[in-house]
Amino acid sequence: MGVGIIMLVHTAFGRAEQVARHWAAAGCPLVIHVDKAVPRKTYDAFVNALSDMPDVRFARRHRCEWGTWGLVAATQDAAKIMLNDFAEVRHVYLASGSCLPLRPVQELIDYLAKRPHTDFIESATTADVPWTMGGLDQERFTLRFPFSWRNQRYLFDKYVALQRVLRFKRKIPNGIVPHMGSQWWCLTRQTLSAILQDPERDTYDRYFSKVWIPDESYFQTLVRQYSRQIESRSLTLSKFDYQGKPHIFYDDHLQLLRRSDCFVARKIWPFADRLYQAFLTDQAGAMNRTEPNPGKIDRIFAKAVERRTRGRPGLYMQSRFPVEGRENGLTCAQYSVFEGFSDLFENFEPWLAKMTGMRVHGHLFAPERAVFSDGQTVMNGALSDSAALRDYNPRAFLASLIWNTRGERQCFQFGPRDKQKIEWEIAKDPNAQISVISGAWAVPLFKSNSNFSDIRREAALLQQVESKHLEVLRSQWTKARVRIWTMAEFIEAPMEPLQTIIDEIGQQNLRGLAEVPRMTDLSGFGQFLQNLKNQGMHPYLMGDFPVEHRLNEPQQNQRKPYLVR
Amino acid sequence: MRLRRKRAKLRAYRKHFSLTPVANRTERIRPGDILLFSTLRDEHIRLPYFLRYYRDMGVSHFLIVDNDSTDGGAEYLAQQDDVSLWSTKSSYKRSRFGVDWLNWLQQKYGHDHWTLVVDADEFFVYPFCDTRPIRALTDWLDTSQVKSFGAMLLDMYPKGRIDAVPYQTGQNPLEIAAWFDPGNYVIEKNKFYGNVWIQGGPRARVFFPDAPKKAPALNKTPLVKWDRRYAYESSTHMLLPRGLNLTYDEWGGEKASGILLHAKFLDTFTAKAAEELTRRQHYSASVEYKAYARTVQENPELWCKWSEKYINWRQLEILGLMSKGNWA
Repeated sequence: MGVGIIMLVHTAFGRAEQVARHWAAAGCPLVIHVDKAVPRKTYDAFVNALSDMPDVRFARRHRCEWGTWGLVAATQDAAKIMLNDFAEVRHVYLASGSCLPLRPVQELIDYLAKRPHTDFIESATTADVPWTMGGLDQERFTLRFPFSWRNQRYLFDKYVALQRVLRFKRKIPNGIVPHMGSQWWCLTRQTLSAILQDPERDTYDRYFSKVWIPDESYFQTLVRQYSRQIESRSLTLSKFDYQGKPHIFYDDHLQLLRRSDCFVARKIWPFADRLYQAFLTDQAGAMNRTEPNPGKIDRIFAKAVERRTRGRPGLYMQSRFPVEGRENGLTCAQYSVFEGFSDLFENFEPWLAKMTGMRVHGHLFAPERAVFSDGQTVMNGALSDSAALRDYNPRAFLASLIWNTRGERQCFQFGPRDKQKIEWEIAKDPNAQISVISGAWAVPLFKSNSNFSDIRREAALLQQVESKHLEVLRSQWTKARVRIWTMAEFIEAPMEPLQTIIDEIGQQNLRGLAEVPRMTDLSGFGQFLQNLKNQGMHPYLMGDFPVEHRLNEPQQNQRKPYLVR
Repeated sequence: MRLRRKRAKLRAYRKHFSLTPVANRTERIRPGDILLFSTLRDEHIRLPYFLRYYRDMGVSHFLIVDNDSTDGGAEYLAQQDDVSLWSTKSSYKRSRFGVDWLNWLQQKYGHDHWTLVVDADEFFVYPFCDTRPIRALTDWLDTSQVKSFGAMLLDMYPKGRIDAVPYQTGQNPLEIAAWFDPGNYVIEKNKFYGNVWIQGGPRARVFFPDAPKKAPALNKTPLVKWDRRYAYESSTHMLLPRGLNLTYDEWGGEKASGILLHAKFLDTFTAKAAEELTRRQHYSASVEYKAYARTVQENPELWCKWSEKYINWRQLEILGLMSKGNWA
């Protein structure tokens, strides 16, 4: 028999026994190590349960706390027993009690028999591995770690900091180069015995016993001294999350595991009855595997890590509520804000909806209610149009709207008549495209039928609000794509800016704008502004309008719909 | 904070004298069992399905305080093998809406257990709940060294009038109240206790469109690896010590979280709202129930065009109401 199994067990003894019997049934001898923290009674019961198996040995028990030397010591003792007691073993496979063989053991035996001199152990230099935790990569080999990371975190951290301050450095013995990798390996008798019988072993043991997480570096480093042929990968499928904890497999992973072509998976939830059933007892089913697709497992777990560390941009929910600056996107998709356009053009909203296929809302932040598209009172996500609800948390309102309508670009009108509390949120959002025709708020006043003194007061107020708003848009914190035209500028050649905006929105409409929005009749607007000036108010945001605003013939020009290009 | 926790503990001690054990089967609790704690009143009609739902999930023992039920619910519970029952006639309000009673029971029986605190109309949903028992979740939380698990309250309601379809005992209430608001929630952080404070949903939309501040809080932390020093501060919205409230990630990532499907709006609700109005035993002078009673008489329909019909947890995950976090 070629393969011997070393099994490290600390919990779920029923499952460990089941797996041990499975290995043994295929003729693999086992050496089992049980954590010293396990109560005597439990240990005895476990030993007793396996007493009918001739080729099972138990190693001297060590205390195996995560990241400490105990795990290596346990492995060493167990390996010694394995090599002494089972002379026919050629490869030694290190597994844990929560490992589950996915393929028939015979396949593993055959596989290793074909590669009699290959050591399967993940072993990479510290500079080349991305998975180190806590920023300790090279330092884990040059500092001392007498305190437990799990239970004495404060002392652990302080002691590391102290050593850094003192520039303390341990010497790495005999010039070995530290390597790291998964602790689950499969080594040949030659390599393993060379490591265990090395005359310098005491030196190495002393050194590694103070290294942090030696079980991921002891064999990984020393194997480089002796191995004839290293295959730097682990035969055990084991996925780690962002904290370095192994992902756990459950019943619903059955199909995934069937499609992985690994020999052994870890770690399995002890109550995953279907997995144990499928892989341990149902040999026929395990043999009858579908096309292997190990990439799928990778993707699923990589996605889980990404979700935990980066989350879904633009989502605010009960378990994702980022502090300012860490949102990784204030909203989840791009949207457009138009200011002044619906004042200047009579049919701007329906025109825009028709041209671009976007969802075009009215003034979402109007004081009376949120004016959703098509006069709806409730929008996607059951978002209410109530002004009180919206103003209670305008930022949540906007983020929800954009989130709820994923897949459909949103666009809304904004202006100085609206509630301004949202302006910073929009300005800081790289997803926002803001287009402003400054001063266009004067057009509805110009058209209105109010007393002129009221108009004057209103105009002064709106101008003040808008000029503050423009300051925000021009501030250094603004990340939105902002375009600002004065009204005078804009009506000189209205189609060019419109075309630019719509191109940027990136709709399929490549042939240019087939239709133009109808501009409101502005004859007399220059005089209107002059009247405001005469009353002592100074309207400046709309740019320079001559009093006699090309009153007659240029008007004709403007009214005529024309095409750009 | 320490003082507040001590005060909560002291209240729990004081209020426990009003609890009379009816059926104490707590000697059946084994180490590692997952325990459910609940306070209820006149919920007999809901109990059979409630117990079945949580038994199927893997809850081992129910510890229930019956607050003066008159509908035979107490007798029903007393007959169940996995239920320990206490009864009290004291004021629900004066025990801070049952929190004091449950804090006491949790301190006494919940130490070192995963404890789930839910009402009879709340149904806990967590990632993979259709394929993995709750034990898988708590084991995973244990290995991740996480001690508390958040689950937002999601109000469920029927299409049409709330009282249109009568609820039958033993029936899954979510068959009737199958709809919810998918995306109108607002979140703020409570700087003092460190928890997020969530409002919104149909109750804010229909009952409080003009006074959103008064809308009920929806954030909850129902699943906790209990320690006898812990205490719920106000319902299950806040916990002490404060670290237990950090069920959310602040650096852009998502922690795993669940949902409490709140099947409150059934035909039984209208009667209950009227009764609670006279009892005045609910939060802030039952302002919530006043608003309900007012609105419910006029137009008891919470459903709208954008309501979403409940399918499973994956749907809630995609909508962004809960998250798998890094559990896969």
